[in-house]
Amino acid sequence: MALNHYFNNIVTATTSIFEGMSITFSHLLRKPVTIQYPDRVEKPVQEMLPARYRGILDLDINLCTACTACQRACPIDCIHIDEVKVDKTYIIVPETGRKVAKIKSPAVFNINIAKCMYCGLCTEACSTSAIKHTPKFEMSTDNLNNLILRFVPPEESERLKAEEPEVIKRAEERKAAEAAARAAAKAAEKKSPPDPE
Amino acid sequence: MYEFLSSLIQRHELLKSLPDEWVYLVGMLIFAGIVLTFASLFAGITSYVERRIAGRMMSRIGPNRVGPHGFLQWLADGIKTFQKEDIIPAQADRALFRFAPYIVFAGFFASFVVLPFSSALIISDLNVGLIYIFAVTSFVVVGILMAGWASNNKWSLFGGMRSAAQIVSYEIPEGLAALPIIFLAGTLSTQGIIQAQGWAPWDWFIFHNPFTFIAFFIFYITLLAEGNRAPFDIPEAESELVSGYNTEYSGMRFLLFFFAEWGNLWVMGAIMTIMFLGGWQSPFHFDNALLTHLIELLIFTAKTSVIIFITIQLRWTLPRVRVDQLMNVCWKYLVPFSFVNLFGVAIWMLVFPNGFAPMSYLMTLLGVLILGIFIRRVIYNLKQAHVEIHVNPLI
Ligand code: SF4
Ligand code: SF4
Repeated sequence: MALNHYFNNIVTATTSIFEGMSITFSHLLRKPVTIQYPDRVEKPVQEMLPARYRGILDLDINLCTACTACQRACPIDCIHIDEVKVDKTYIIVPETGRKVAKIKSPAVFNINIAKCMYCGLCTEACSTSAIKHTPKFEMSTDNLNNLILRFVPPEESERLKAEEPEVIKRAEERKAAEAAARAAAKAAEKKSPPDPE
Repeated sequence: MYEFLSSLIQRHELLKSLPDEWVYLVGMLIFAGIVLTFASLFAGITSYVERRIAGRMMSRIGPNRVGPHGFLQWLADGIKTFQKEDIIPAQADRALFRFAPYIVFAGFFASFVVLPFSSALIISDLNVGLIYIFAVTSFVVVGILMAGWASNNKWSLFGGMRSAAQIVSYEIPEGLAALPIIFLAGTLSTQGIIQAQGWAPWDWFIFHNPFTFIAFFIFYITLLAEGNRAPFDIPEAESELVSGYNTEYSGMRFLLFFFAEWGNLWVMGAIMTIMFLGGWQSPFHFDNALLTHLIELLIFTAKTSVIIFITIQLRWTLPRVRVDQLMNVCWKYLVPFSFVNLFGVAIWMLVFPNGFAPMSYLMTLLGVLILGIFIRRVIYNLKQAHVEIHVNPLI
């Protein structure tokens, strides 16, 4: 039995080494899978990435309703939003075609991409899909401050903040006007009771 | 080369007027320089080639940035390592620590003395050639043990001890597997062994009879172990011993170890070629001595390269053996088999004092058959993987 084992060992060793060598040799004849990023790629790496790749975040400021859902969803607080009231508009969510009223807009929308861990929780929280991952992944810089993405430029943010009281006033006026109109309508209803016939 | 120098002295008046010893000394120094240049170039380029081959075997590319197709990578690495500070650990045995790499290097380099490149290109055709090779290559173990001990680091010491155990045990099957060839050739001189063979595969000692065929593999395995090549690289097992005996080394001394390791590939391939593959024997004979030697050189280099390639391929195919497995392989398998081989060859020589040609043809056929099966398996593996074939080695 032991002798059998002994010779079996030899046979196994020989055949498995032979087989292993044939496999490694066959690899010599295969094309390497290496992608020679960044300078020797046939097409940009971003185009080779899968559609749902979680790269650097991007915001469509027009779609954002400044609901701060993303800010609250982020586990590490890398999103900072200051919201301001704006004139009421309606936006269409591209994916679903849903119509959403927009009464607020971000005056400051900063994402500290240096802290971000690309978990995607913010994109899941966003009801208008304003915040999204892009396949972009190259953002190396020598200054940490450059990694804070500011989606609202400072002037724009100043303007929005400055206009806010007016917007509020307008909204209140409109509300008041609406309320007045409603009251007037009601009064008119009362004044002219339905024809007794 | 001694004869060459003698004839030079005979022919030139100027040399005649000088004392003979001086001429020999200078001549030998020049030859040593040539061989050293060859060895260093070879070690450097092989390190690059090995990395490229390893890359392709792992579906990677390997170094391809420095110079055309990364060819100058070895130079860049060498220069970089050369510039590094030579750190000696505070607790190390300074003298031994400094000295060890030179011993390793000397052990490897000294074997070049008897390695022929063609029928005339040899530094010295010692009549104890093979014994000399075994002697100087086992000198390496002294250096490795010295390095391991002097580093005063447990990993290094482990590496050194393992290396000692390994090389000392594998010396036995090595010698025993070489004996059949010495029997057949009737000489220990490397040139003598080559002259006892012919250019055709059936004249080579590997295909002489079934016993030498087995001896080929036994000897090859022991050479791998002697050279600390994977799968027997346990003295520097990265996953267990950091880097083994050379953990504490840096700079030039570190480079010397690697130099010896890659240079050793040539020694290994050359010994295999000399003993089993017919050395520089070529079927072509020209009147022009230079041309003849060039062809012989090419043939020798080609055969050696094949062995080197197989060695590299083995390294990237097989996992490292454990220490106990290493000893098992040596004492339980290689030693008994080499004894059987020894007797087999002895009896064979008694029965067929002049060799038995049909057996040689048969063994050659067997070799071709094995090669054929190998190619079929490679094609099968390629088909199984459904990949596009890309033969160009330079991507
Ligand atoms: S991806 Fe995750 S970590 Fe990054 S901003 Fe969104 S929620 Fe925060
Ligand atoms: S969840 Fe979407 S809509 Fe809400 S603040 Fe964030 S980005 Fe804007």
